[in-house]
Amino acid sequence: MEAVRIVQGRVVPLERNDVDTDQIIPSDWLKQVERTGFEKGLFSEWRDDPDFVMNKEEHAGAKILLAGPNFGTGSSREHAVWAIMQYGFEAVISPRFGPIFANNSTKNGLVCVQVDQELGDQLMAAVQADPQLEFVVDVEKLRLEVPALAVDVAFAMDAQVQHRFLEGLDDIGLTMQQGDDISAFEATRPGYMPASN
Amino acid sequence: MTQQPRTLSQKVWDNHVVPTSNESASSNDAADNGAALLYIDLHLVHEVTSPQAFEGLRISGRTVRRPDLTVATEDHNVPTENQHLPIPDEIGRKQVDTLRANTKEFGITNYPMGHESQGIVHVIGPELGLTLPGMTVVCGDSHTSTHGAFGAIAFGIGTSEVEHVLATQTLPQLAQETMAITINGELPEGSTAKDVVLAVLARTGTSGGIGAIAEYRGSVIENLSMEGRMTVCNMSIEWGAKAGLIAPDEITFDYLKGRPHAPQGEAWDEAVTAWRELKTDEGVIFDREIIMDGSECVPHITWGTNPGQVAPIDSTIPYPADYDDTGEADACSRALEYMDLTPGMAMRDINIDTVFIGSCTNSRIEDLRAAAAVAKGHKVKDGIRTLVVPGSGMVQKQAIAEGLDKIFIEAGFDWREPGCSMCLAMNPDKLAPGERSASTSNRNFEGRQGRGGRTHLVSPQVAAATAILGHVATPEDLS
Ligand code: SF4
Repeated sequence: MEAVRIVQGRVVPLERNDVDTDQIIPSDWLKQVERTGFEKGLFSEWRDDPDFVMNKEEHAGAKILLAGPNFGTGSSREHAVWAIMQYGFEAVISPRFGPIFANNSTKNGLVCVQVDQELGDQLMAAVQADPQLEFVVDVEKLRLEVPALAVDVAFAMDAQVQHRFLEGLDDIGLTMQQGDDISAFEATRPGYMPASN
Repeated sequence: MTQQPRTLSQKVWDNHVVPTSNESASSNDAADNGAALLYIDLHLVHEVTSPQAFEGLRISGRTVRRPDLTVATEDHNVPTENQHLPIPDEIGRKQVDTLRANTKEFGITNYPMGHESQGIVHVIGPELGLTLPGMTVVCGDSHTSTHGAFGAIAFGIGTSEVEHVLATQTLPQLAQETMAITINGELPEGSTAKDVVLAVLARTGTSGGIGAIAEYRGSVIENLSMEGRMTVCNMSIEWGAKAGLIAPDEITFDYLKGRPHAPQGEAWDEAVTAWRELKTDEGVIFDREIIMDGSECVPHITWGTNPGQVAPIDSTIPYPADYDDTGEADACSRALEYMDLTPGMAMRDINIDTVFIGSCTNSRIEDLRAAAAVAKGHKVKDGIRTLVVPGSGMVQKQAIAEGLDKIFIEAGFDWREPGCSMCLAMNPDKLAPGERSASTSNRNFEGRQGRGGRTHLVSPQVAAATAILGHVATPEDLS
C-alpha cells in the first residue's frame, strides 16, 4: 500500500443514504480475476444517467466522495474499495460506514472520514452550492478541514491503521513478524479441532 | 481469583487471541493499539473474492500457512443448470478455473461443481462438520455470520484479509461491543426463523448492530432448529452486527454428531465437555441489549431496497411522511419509486413475476421441506417463473431422497442444481429490469438480483404460497 498523508481536493456530493456495495460495484463486475480495471464499474448502474452527480463536469477530477449515512453497507466485496480508488477518489466522507467496507478501506489506503450527521448535511449543502470547494483530509493530524467554511474537525482512526497509512505498510508483513507467537498459539489448540482435508 | 463474568462471544474471542511476546511487540511501535491478533480456525474460500488474494501471495512469495484449515468451493457464479457441462459464460468460467488452479497450487481442498459436498460456502461448512462451537470462522463473504449459529465467532472479510488469513491464519481485529438480542415467549403460528430475523431488522434498521457482536438468546431462539438458527445468524450483517451467535446446546450437538469432520469417539466427548462451557455467564451486563417478544415475529416482507425496510405481511406500504428523519423519509420515497409501490397499498396486493427459493439464508433441507409442504397439491400460477435452488449437493441429494424434488416439479416449480444463484445474480439466474421477485435470500438492494429488478425478502413458506397465488401470500391464504 502507498503512504497517505494528506488528501486535498474537490468533492463529489452523493446525496444518498444507504449506498450499499452492490450499488458501488454491481455483481457483474466481480467476475474478474485481476485487481485493476474496476473504475469502469463504479456506480455503473447510476452512471448511465447523464444527470448523475458524478457525470457533472464540475466534479471531474474530484478526489473526495461525500455521501449520506450508511455508505458501503452490504457485501464484503473489496472490489467496492478498489473501484472507488481506481476511479480517483482518495477519501470518502459519511456520517456512518458499513463496517466491512471501512475495514477493507484500511487495507488499501482509502481514508474513511466519519463525521456527525449535522456536519455531513452542512458539507453536502455547501458542496452542492459551490462545487469548487476544496477539502483537506489530514491523516497525520486526523483532521478534516474546509478553510472556506471555517470547518476544522477531528476524525477518528485506529492508531495502527494511521501508522500503516502514514508509512504505507502492508499489515501481512507486520503479522508475519509474529510467526513464532502464532506457532506457540497453534501448539495449544485442542486436539478435537477439525482439519478440512 | 474470581474471573469477571464474560459473554459467550468474549469467551470465544479470548480463546483465540494470540499472545504477543515482548520481543515482537517492541518491534512494532504501533502495537499499543486496541487490535488483538485473532487465530482463525476455519477459512472458507470461493471463486469470487479469492483470485486477487492468491495473486497477492504469489507476488510477495508467500504461501498458505494452514491449507488444512482452509476449504474452498465453487458457488457464487456457477450456473444452476447443466453443471456437468463447461460454464458457458467465459469470465465466470475463468474465475472457477482460477480457483481450481489456485487451490491445487496451494494444497487446499476444493469441492468443485458436481461434487456431493459442493454448495454455498455457508451451507457446506456446517454440513461437513467443519464449523464447530467455539471456533473463529472467516470467509470473503459477508454472510459468514451464518456459522455463529454454532456458537462460533464468524464474520465476513474482504480480499486483503483473505490474503492475510491465507498467509498467517490470523487477523488483527479490534474488540467489539457486546450485544444481546433476547427474544422471549413463543413464535406465532406460521412464523419462521426468517420472520424472527426480519422482525429484528424492523427494530434495528440496517445499522443497529454496528460495532457489536450480537448474541441471540431467549426461548424463541432456544426452540429453533439448527437450520433456523443459521437463518437468523445469517442476516446479522444486514442489521450491521459484526457477527451474531447463539450458545451451543443439545440441539447443536445432535446436529453435529457423526458429521464427516466432527470429532469422534473420545475426542467428541472431550469436545462436548468444552462446548458446554460456551455460554454467557450469569450476571453479565451487555453493552447493548434489545428485548423482544416472540409475538413481534409475525410473517414479514421487505418492501424497500434495504433489508431494514421491512414490515409484517398483514400491513401496508408505509408513507414517507411516517418517518421523522428526513434522510429516512427520502430513502423511503426513493425506494418506493424504485420498487414501483404506492403508500397505503396492502402487502398482499403486490403481484410477483418470479419466486426464488434458495441462498445461504434459506436453502437447507428444512427450508425445502417447509416450502414443499406448502406447494404440495397446488400449482404455480401461470406465468410465474420459479427457481428452487438447494444450498449444496448434500441438500440436493437429501431432498431427492425425500421426494421433495417431485413435489416441486409436480407443482410446477423449476428444480435446480446448487449454488448462490439469484441471491446475487452473477450467473444466468437474474431478474429482468422491472421484474419483481419474492425471494428467500438476504438482500433486496437495487439491482441485487439483476439490473432494475425488484426484490421482496420473505420466508420459504411465504415464497411458496406466493408462487401459487401470484401475489404476496402466506400459506393460510391457500385454503
Ligand atoms: S447465497 Fe448469496 S449471500 Fe449467500 S454466500 Fe451466496 S451470494 Fe453470498
